[in-house]
Amino acid sequence: MCLAIPGKIIQITQQEKDNRLGKVNFAGVVKVVNLTYVPQADVGDYVTVHVGFALNVMDQHDAELVISHLNSVSEQNEAKLDKVRQRIQKRSGRS
Amino acid sequence: MIKYVSEFRNVQAVHKILKDLHGITKHSWSIMEICGGQTHALLRYGIDELLPKKITLLHGPGCPVCVTPLEKIDKAIYIARQSDVIFCSFGDMLRVPGSHLDLLSAKAEGADVRIVYSPMDALKIAGENPHRRVVFFAVGFETTVPAIAMTVHRAATLKMKNFYLLVSHVLVPPAIRALLAAPDNRVQGFLAAGHVCTVMGYEEYIAISKEFKIPIVVTGFEPYDLAMGIFMCVRQLENGTFKTENEYTRAVARQGNVLAQDLMHRVFKVVDRKWRGIGVIPQSGLDLNEHYAEFDAETAFNVHLEVQEPEECISGLVLQGVKKPFECSEFAKRCTPDHPLGATMVSTEGACAAYYRYKMIDGDKK
Repeated sequence: MCLAIPGKIIQITQQEKDNRLGKVNFAGVVKVVNLTYVPQADVGDYVTVHVGFALNVMDQHDAELVISHLNSVSEQNEAKLDKVRQRIQKRSGRS
Repeated sequence: MIKYVSEFRNVQAVHKILKDLHGITKHSWSIMEICGGQTHALLRYGIDELLPKKITLLHGPGCPVCVTPLEKIDKAIYIARQSDVIFCSFGDMLRVPGSHLDLLSAKAEGADVRIVYSPMDALKIAGENPHRRVVFFAVGFETTVPAIAMTVHRAATLKMKNFYLLVSHVLVPPAIRALLAAPDNRVQGFLAAGHVCTVMGYEEYIAISKEFKIPIVVTGFEPYDLAMGIFMCVRQLENGTFKTENEYTRAVARQGNVLAQDLMHRVFKVVDRKWRGIGVIPQSGLDLNEHYAEFDAETAFNVHLEVQEPEECISGLVLQGVKKPFECSEFAKRCTPDHPLGATMVSTEGACAAYYRYKMIDGDKK
């Protein structure tokens, strides 16, 4: 039940402080999503959505770094992946 | 292809991590994934079968459908059968067996039971039906609570008088503590549920790691995430460390979503909660607090039940990682997804349903 899916905000449709809404594109399926918990999210951002609510703005830089590594993983080893992770964590202040 | 999902299903990368996992695994370890969604994904992608033989995955209680107590299902059915009620629920609650029947059967008998995607849909139905009482079945872990909190807060703002919640929310950290404190505990490391931590962050888990000297890895739901989460957990176990680490950095920050937590605390209070098959875990649930008590369906409908659970279903032991689904004498015999005896066979995230779906070939165990 705790599954949440990332989607891209394509339009902010309502800016009320307690009821911020926007249209979010999930690989072609567009749904209205409640964005009240992510006031910083804007058009172009990816948000993680669960039962109609965005729970966070995805750290795209982090995601892209891991993806770029995954794509070249056949030439790399786990230690290098760890280094990437450590760099990401230092940069984002996350441990 | 959903961006930021499909990339994390990179087969080569997953195989590389698992190969490295085989390289570092020297001892036998039992690791529990808390979340039923992760159980489902691990079996769906066959990751459990690619692990070193020394690694045992235990499947945890993180399936809200599975742990919702029997009396809540009975209460839901009682309320749904009232002639002026529209009863709204997430779809997977409808087939959970109560003492005598399930919500789907109540619907077949004429109750107005509706499946909704979001609690906000139920609030909309209430607005469109001012002469009916609309009740939403509020189940779920911390991932789902912010949506419910916002919905009831909105109902209060709109001064809705015909909208109610039947609340059965549960919290992950008290369940972890209860599992670790149990005398028959076998869990040596945890994969923490990624999306619960998206909301709550993971500072509470850091405290658990220290107190119980156990590694915890906040883990996502895609094959890469799961393989990496297990790798990070085993690496700690082999090194003798016990920290909380974050594998799912793209979606989880240490402090979580503070706005969501604030509204949760404004709307709900922490209470003792009965978990189906497990029993009461202290301070492990949420109920509406006094400011939002008027929306509480159990009070509004004056429904109070205590129900004994049947003894034949061992789902409680499965949910605690003490037994595997195959160890139940009724598994795939009298208990199947079409005719479940217990909730772990109903929910798609239940361990028994996942084993039935992914580990049975031609009626035999794979």
